[in-house]
Amino acid sequence: MCLGIPGQIVEITDATRLMAMADISGVRREVSIACVATPDLTDLLGEWALIHVGFAMSLIDADEAEKTLEALRGLGEAQETLEAMADGAAALEGTQ
Amino acid sequence: MRYVEEFRDPVAAKAVLSAIAAVVEEIGATARNPVHIMEICGGHTHAIFRYGLDRLTPKGIEFIHGPGCPVCVLPMSRIDECVEIAERPEVIFCTFGDAMRVPGSAKSLMQAKADGADIRMVYSPLDALEIARRNPDREVVFFGLGFETTTPSTALSIQQAAREALGNFTVFCNHITVPPPIKALLDDPHMILDGFVGPGHVSMVIGTHPYDFIAETYGKPIVVAGFEPLDLLQSVLMVLRQIRDGRAEVENQYARVVPEHGNPVSLAAIADVYEPRPSFEWRGLGEIDASGLRIRAKYAAFDAEEKFGVGYGAGPRSVAEPEGCACGQVMTGRIKPTGCPQYGTGCTPEMPLGALMVSSEGACAAYFQYGATDDHLEAAE
Repeated sequence: MCLGIPGQIVEITDATRLMAMADISGVRREVSIACVATPDLTDLLGEWALIHVGFAMSLIDADEAEKTLEALRGLGEAQETLEAMADGAAALEGTQ
Repeated sequence: MRYVEEFRDPVAAKAVLSAIAAVVEEIGATARNPVHIMEICGGHTHAIFRYGLDRLTPKGIEFIHGPGCPVCVLPMSRIDECVEIAERPEVIFCTFGDAMRVPGSAKSLMQAKADGADIRMVYSPLDALEIARRNPDREVVFFGLGFETTTPSTALSIQQAAREALGNFTVFCNHITVPPPIKALLDDPHMILDGFVGPGHVSMVIGTHPYDFIAETYGKPIVVAGFEPLDLLQSVLMVLRQIRDGRAEVENQYARVVPEHGNPVSLAAIADVYEPRPSFEWRGLGEIDASGLRIRAKYAAFDAEEKFGVGYGAGPRSVAEPEGCACGQVMTGRIKPTGCPQYGTGCTPEMPLGALMVSSEGACAAYFQYGATDDHLEAAE
């Protein structure tokens, strides 16, 4: 919950609500880009961001993203976050 | 030294460890007279145990585990209030999974869910917003907890709900802030603290200036750190060098992620939606002035405390900790987790009695998870 996970912004899904699709360790998840928004949102495509509970909070470079992911995997946090994202998807359907 | 092999760059790790050993010797710190360094963030506590940094560093350094695990410092009374809200038939109660197993005085959220309450584990407050959109005839409550890393997410979600005029979405706000408990610990005459390793991702939001008082008023060094093991070692070295040189400064080891002034959009959202409460209760630490946040009056329609008449200020809500639970003493560094009579017997990660055993960022859970492995390794050597 407290540690962000790196994700790559792959698509702007809702420019008005500042939402984008991110690829997080192979899982696609819609995230808010309000905190990292640029005047032209398409500038964010391909960028890496640290994502906290569904919000991109800080842009980072690809090397930092890889190092951070490795540290999160070491702590078991990457897996926990991916499981939480799956929980979130099930919660929408009320199937938990 | 087998842990060093797990480092991304073992050569660099060994070099930093040698430098740490040299500075500890220059300071004259020993096992009997150590320097006390508090890592504030629970993620750092977890990393220290995961990588055995407490064993790799000289005995002249004692790590004091700080209050930076939001699940661990949540008083039992707040869990009781969550259960009270969640058991209302019209409510869908959404929470981060971390909070599910925290014991309440009667039951945890996990037990309330088993008893039939509609409690859903979500990844993000955005999930709760979407559940509210899809269920207009239900009241959707999001359990907002965490430090400044998660506070922007609920602030932005409340702003979004206001824009959409969602009438069935509220936040039960239990957000807390990092600097006030640090001040409380520094004011505690029983605490011996020589320096701090500051939180990385919290600082990404708030920047480094909220820690200025630690250096300027209390004369203690603090270094904001990343949470790779090498980041942590480098940060400990930076703290030690400040102590050796008689300096007290706020340094930023994690500048590649942490800007000096934080994230302006997040800070603006927090300031728009939240204001400090006069005081807030922390498990093990008691009431601390201005350490918790509440939703401002202009967003009262999105405040679960207002809508359901529960929560802080609704009455005397403090609940005694379970008998034999020593979380408070562990939290303030008075005893180690293994000094608690319930540790590993009456309190385990599977059946936690106290909150420090619940989260992987809690000191007791970290001891339990990695302590057993260490004993095994030592026996094998």
